[in-house]
Amino acid sequence: MNDFPWLSVLIALPLVGALVVALLPSARETLAKQVTLGVSVVVAALALVMTSQFDTGGARFQFEEKYWWIKQFGVHWAVGVDGIALTLVVLSVILVPLVVLASWDEAGRSGGVDVPARRSAKTYFALLLGLEATMIGVFAATDVFLFYVFFEAMLIPVYFIIGYYGGAQRSYAAVKFLLYSLFGGLLMLVAVIWLYPLSAKAPSAGGVGHGTFLFSELSTMHIEPTTARWLFLGFFVAFAIKAPMVPVHTWLPDAAAQSPAGALVLVVGVLDKVGTYGMLRFCLELFPGAAKWATPVVLALAVVSIIYGAVLAIGQVDLKRLVAYTSVSHFGFIVLGIFAMTTAGQSGAALYMINHGFSTGALFLIVGFMIVRRRSARIADFGGVQKIAPVLAGTFLVAGLSGLSLPGLAPFVSEFMVFTGTFERYRVPAVIATIGIVLAAIYILWTYQRTMGGPAAEPVRAMPDLSAREKLAVAPIIAIIVAMGFFPQPVLDVINPSVKQTMVRLDRHDPAPKINVAENGARP
Amino acid sequence: MTARVVLAQGADIPAPHIEYGQLAPMLLVFGVAIAGVLVEAFVGRSGRYRAQVPLAALGLLGAFVWTIYLAAQDKPFHVAAEGAIGVDGPTLFLQGTILVLALISLLLVAERRQPSFAAQASALPGSEAEQDAMAAGFTQTEVFPLMMFAVGGMLMFPASNDLLTMFVALEVMSLPLYLLCGLARRRRLLSQEAAVKYFLLGAFSSAFFLYGTALLYGYAGSVRLGAISAQLSKDAGSDTLLLAGVALLSVGLLFKLGAVPFHMWKPDVYQGAPTPITALMASCTLVAAFGAMLRVYYVALENLRWDWRPAMWGVAILTMVAGAVIAITQTDLKRMLAYSSVAHAGFLLTGVVATSRDGLSGTLFYLAAYGFTTIGAFAVIMMVRDAGGEAAHLSRWAGLGKRSPLVAGVFAFFLLAFAGIPLTSGFTGKFAVFKAAIEGGATPLVVVGVLSSAVAAFFYVRVIVVMFFSEPDADGPTVVSAPATAAAVALGVAATVVLGVLPQPMLDLAGHAATQMFVR
Repeated sequence: MNDFPWLSVLIALPLVGALVVALLPSARETLAKQVTLGVSVVVAALALVMTSQFDTGGARFQFEEKYWWIKQFGVHWAVGVDGIALTLVVLSVILVPLVVLASWDEAGRSGGVDVPARRSAKTYFALLLGLEATMIGVFAATDVFLFYVFFEAMLIPVYFIIGYYGGAQRSYAAVKFLLYSLFGGLLMLVAVIWLYPLSAKAPSAGGVGHGTFLFSELSTMHIEPTTARWLFLGFFVAFAIKAPMVPVHTWLPDAAAQSPAGALVLVVGVLDKVGTYGMLRFCLELFPGAAKWATPVVLALAVVSIIYGAVLAIGQVDLKRLVAYTSVSHFGFIVLGIFAMTTAGQSGAALYMINHGFSTGALFLIVGFMIVRRRSARIADFGGVQKIAPVLAGTFLVAGLSGLSLPGLAPFVSEFMVFTGTFERYRVPAVIATIGIVLAAIYILWTYQRTMGGPAAEPVRAMPDLSAREKLAVAPIIAIIVAMGFFPQPVLDVINPSVKQTMVRLDRHDPAPKINVAENGARP
Repeated sequence: MTARVVLAQGADIPAPHIEYGQLAPMLLVFGVAIAGVLVEAFVGRSGRYRAQVPLAALGLLGAFVWTIYLAAQDKPFHVAAEGAIGVDGPTLFLQGTILVLALISLLLVAERRQPSFAAQASALPGSEAEQDAMAAGFTQTEVFPLMMFAVGGMLMFPASNDLLTMFVALEVMSLPLYLLCGLARRRRLLSQEAAVKYFLLGAFSSAFFLYGTALLYGYAGSVRLGAISAQLSKDAGSDTLLLAGVALLSVGLLFKLGAVPFHMWKPDVYQGAPTPITALMASCTLVAAFGAMLRVYYVALENLRWDWRPAMWGVAILTMVAGAVIAITQTDLKRMLAYSSVAHAGFLLTGVVATSRDGLSGTLFYLAAYGFTTIGAFAVIMMVRDAGGEAAHLSRWAGLGKRSPLVAGVFAFFLLAFAGIPLTSGFTGKFAVFKAAIEGGATPLVVVGVLSSAVAAFFYVRVIVVMFFSEPDADGPTVVSAPATAAAVALGVAATVVLGVLPQPMLDLAGHAATQMFVR
């Protein structure tokens, strides 16, 4: 089975599914949903089978495929995953069927005032599948050009999902999202194109006079420092917008407030990870020197993101905006871990990406259920839900607590690793960042108190608890969060070899005394 | 080849030697044009349309087949017709592109279900004669021979190997276009105004071109591009004549491709002209103008590139930025696409600035890709109609995505291609020219290029917002999908997808065409 083109199939399958769903007659809405769910479950199953064959002790990139795509530009259809990419692919394929399940009834229905009464659910699910294909593609691409193609193509389904199925301000939010991302993407495009003549000149890569975009060859290339810094900036700005980091984060709260909750799980849970993944993979490995040069500024921005995102989250009155701002804070942690350039920091950051995907995904799903019931996303419109819908409140609490990194839940492990990893090398940022934990406790617990505690208001009393379908959508995520809180080791085993590679490329060694990342927390 | 050029420039007057075989595509199109005039004169009104359409289609098709035959031959690189016409890889590629694009435009021109052309051009707008002509169900068929003449001129324009031939080609191409612009069936005054503007400004630019030719003749003692190049490499002659001549010549060329600051005609003409003609101008004329531009700058002025490149940088930057920024404020779709075409001319100029083989092949590819997409976009505009004809005002397109998702989706796809989203031909084209520009050391130009792309994306996206995210008007326009127009749209979509997803064969073709550059 090793010659099986796993990744190409994983990319193609949702795409075919999207086409099939789009071509179904509008009247067959249920069939469209069933097809979408079926395809996404098959994709998830395939991805899990593939994961089981991943050899943690083997080559860095596995399941590789490489064919010429555009020879004139030196572009390959080259896919392959290392541990980090693999876990992100798995994250995506697990979340998609759950999102499909969660948006089963809501997709076609409107979520508030000032929006069309009825919208085609079929198109929504087709777009979701299209998004899944590009998400898998963006993580699997080992050709920088191919990565860029998926990076940009991913915007289109999200743009239509927000613009078509969002709330009252949807077109503003959709355009803002698209223009921010496109702007960053185009800057990255300049850097991508620039790599071509550089690689053509480099003796190590390609051959005489022929450029290439293959990651494997670009990452062994030496780039003259000044050029490398410009290129680093081109990539970094695009990823910082995607991640999103302060000060280019403002598209996210708007997009979050307007987007349907189901799609939001994928936008914040997976799509934004492309930013941090890109930093780890491309910014650090293609331009190690420039990355070190930029580290102080990046760390400062990360710390600002952590604190500023958390403070703004506390002040929000809208549930979706609140979760969006908590994500800005969490992405700050991830970036901090990546640029700390220690094994613990980077492993922690890579793990954090997965954990954040699940924990924020769960939060958004449950917030979505709440909004559907109350027809409002305002925190003030809730209160006393605990007594009326205990399961809803309970899952919200677990998801929320994972968001504040309670020990025993998955994000705790990764956040702790990021802290220790950063502290080894950069003490001040690590210390300041800890304030973020305190703030996290405030925004989560206070939100819980206001929405779930207290006396139940009149409209809340009629609120039904989670239906079987909704439970089915949330339960797996909660289970994963708890499981990974206690047994992060299998995932870390997959991640660590890639992180070691990055460290070698960066020519960075963990400061003595070394800690053993496997036993995180057990510092000498 | 060189021997013949020398011979042609020698003191003896040789017997004229015309390679009819190599000039056949042009001759065929001109012949069809003349036959079309005869059809107008001798065939009865009822039979003209049935005679003109096959004639024009077969003429273009025959010329295209012949072009392919010439390209497939081992040695297509010649200077034919006593050194007046160059037959080489880039030229054949450009001519092939023009012919294919003209064939697709012909689909729009020949559309009878929803005619775009005046019933009788000679009848004054609003007059009784016009009403009579309308009532009698007339439709102009002069458009076909006029279009053939224009296409013939376009074929000759990039092939011209001396400046006088190029001037003749310019006029042969432009004069029919001036006329065609004034033939719109609806809003005839606007159309005629556009024609007059285009004519006046075009005449000015031709004068500039001719004056520049004269000065360059003074410099080099010849109007032949190769001779100018040779004189440049000798570093002899008057610099004043040379620089003034190049400047004036460039004005004439830049006008045709609508580069800032010579773009003023574009929005008015694109808006006023009948939409099939707008499609023809936005695709074929642009290809021809860029072809001529490339030939002049790559052949005659290659050795002068340290002088003209800074100026071209400035023009390219102005063109990209102004085109993208002004387009934001447009509310008429045809005007918006006109400014978008200005911006794209700027992107194409970055390929010209590169002055390399990659720059040439990138520009060739971009021209072909852009041509298909732009014809498709104008064809979609033809489909969306209300009582007053085409509903080209942006506000009328509100909610089109709900009313006819397919048409709106196709148009959105074209817009994304214009914006340069990956997996569309627009992205491949931009990538090709930008890559060449960076290799040529013009990185700042590329940065400006991508920033203008970001600005341009804003107005493309705005149209998508209007189509998909706003509620339809109760009395909104209807979508009429007449077969020929729909065919043009389908071809546009197919080309945009194929050149975006699998551009390899076309890139190879463009690259192969560019291997030997232009003949001298």
